[in-house]
Amino acid sequence: MPIQNYIILAAALFCIGVSGVLIRRNAIIVFMCIELMLNSVNLMLVAFSKMHYALSNAQGKGISESIGSDAQLFVFFIMVVAAAEVSVGLAIIVMMYRNVHSTDINFLNRLKN
Amino acid sequence: MNAIIFSAGFGVIMMFCSFLISNKSSYRHIAVVGLLLLLVVNVMETNGFDIFHINSYGMLSYTRFGLFFNTIAIGSTLIYVLLTGKDIERLGNYVAEYFTLIFFVLCGVCILSSYNNLLMLFLGIEILSIPLYILTGSDKRNLKSNEASLKYFLMGAFSTGLMLMGIALMYGGTGTFSLDVVRSQTGLYKGVSFLEIIGLLFLMVSMAFKVSAAPFHFWTPDVYDGAPGVFTSFMATVAKVAAFVAFLKLCYVRMTATSTAIDWQLLFAIIIITTLLFGNITAVFQQSVKRMLAYSSIAQAGFMLFALFSLNDFGSKGLLMYSAAYCLATIGLFAVLVKMKDVTFEGYNGLAKTQPVLAATNAIFLLSLAGIPLTAGFLAKYYMLASVIATGSYTWLVVIAVLFAAVSVYYYFRVVQAMYFKTGDPQTEPITGSFKIGLIALAAIIIIIGVLPQTLFNWLYF
Repeated sequence: MPIQNYIILAAALFCIGVSGVLIRRNAIIVFMCIELMLNSVNLMLVAFSKMHYALSNAQGKGISESIGSDAQLFVFFIMVVAAAEVSVGLAIIVMMYRNVHSTDINFLNRLKN
Repeated sequence: MNAIIFSAGFGVIMMFCSFLISNKSSYRHIAVVGLLLLLVVNVMETNGFDIFHINSYGMLSYTRFGLFFNTIAIGSTLIYVLLTGKDIERLGNYVAEYFTLIFFVLCGVCILSSYNNLLMLFLGIEILSIPLYILTGSDKRNLKSNEASLKYFLMGAFSTGLMLMGIALMYGGTGTFSLDVVRSQTGLYKGVSFLEIIGLLFLMVSMAFKVSAAPFHFWTPDVYDGAPGVFTSFMATVAKVAAFVAFLKLCYVRMTATSTAIDWQLLFAIIIITTLLFGNITAVFQQSVKRMLAYSSIAQAGFMLFALFSLNDFGSKGLLMYSAAYCLATIGLFAVLVKMKDVTFEGYNGLAKTQPVLAATNAIFLLSLAGIPLTAGFLAKYYMLASVIATGSYTWLVVIAVLFAAVSVYYYFRVVQAMYFKTGDPQTEPITGSFKIGLIALAAIIIIIGVLPQTLFNWLYF
């Protein structure tokens, strides 16, 4: 399958994530949209990794197994960091829910005035 | 490498202390010992003595600039813990954990000052920010603190998403995560690719979020206002200047390499003007000193952005100077602020009568932030403006910057006016003699740097 399809899919997922963050008012759904953004990046990194591997082979620069593997390693780091962020983020959301009994972001306007 | 490993290790040690040692005030002393140790090993590394020989395969590179910045960051943290350690203890039951998180933030700072690979940039930014989300929300029963931490978290995670997209696109364009790409003139990665430019724009937006440059600054006042004062102090100083140093390196390497394709200077000029405008004008209308300091930190970020705009020797030296001056003055201001019961301007009324030492040192910190001569802040601003002159283009930016600096004098002097020329009965927490001595020492450092800048710059010569 051509690389464009993967890039378009990843870009579409990323746009859905960004618009979700900007539009939705529920903290947990906003959070899910952020995760969607991170996962679209994972998809794009893996697609680029395969692309660079295939291109360097096609150019006859000598077949090296390691080309493109750094992006796949990066994906693991993104997963680990996302897990750490989830643990902190859910704790913060739970802490807010205990105090106001809601996860609505519209509650977040006390500091404005 | 010394500072990275020691700061992470000491964070773990502090975590163990939380259940091995029950005496609350000993945590602060352990933290001070840890920071002193960190300072010593970092200075050792600056002088070429590295304890750990770990091959990072070019992912980290230690420059004198980065190591010197580490010294400034660790030194400011040490002063911060010495001055406000007691106030951290008053905050809650998890004192050792707060210090743990501060050590982890320092680990992120040390990674950011020495990264040479986009993976390390990402990890550094995350190690820096995730502990800060927790510290912001550490006042669990306070609704404002909850709100600030949720807002900070959502904004921070969003900007991380943008940063990752930028990194992925840059990888697509160049085929490597390393900062110094060898650009071959033939073959696949010829010239500057479109993907790399888009990726750099994404990265620029996300870094502008982290350093709170306009138009991505809107989270800053709410978060700085809602977070407990002791941690706002840390967030607004060490964490912020570390993000600046990371941004500077990114600009130095990747943005100069792509400057044929896009006019970065114009983009930075626009960001600088909007940052100075929003920061200074909104700060004028604030009623609370804490919120005023949040806006003033945006305004100071506008000045620090000049280093990224001009990208020359003046700029990078000036950024170190600026980070030292800004960190010291802001830490001092917040150390006094957390002692005040009322943090509005009225709360400071007549402070000079009841607490003359606090008022005098506070006035020196404010003068330094405003950039009055004979203080460190003046020289820092001078270096920033000199760097713009040295580039030779967009010199009218200097005029705008000086005008906004004049605006900033107004709101800094409102505090001085409240302390010295108004009558009132300011309520403060009990103030110890050692706290006063600490403040006087800090004010003395600021003046010594301002009068004899060569003391700092002789070290700094790289």
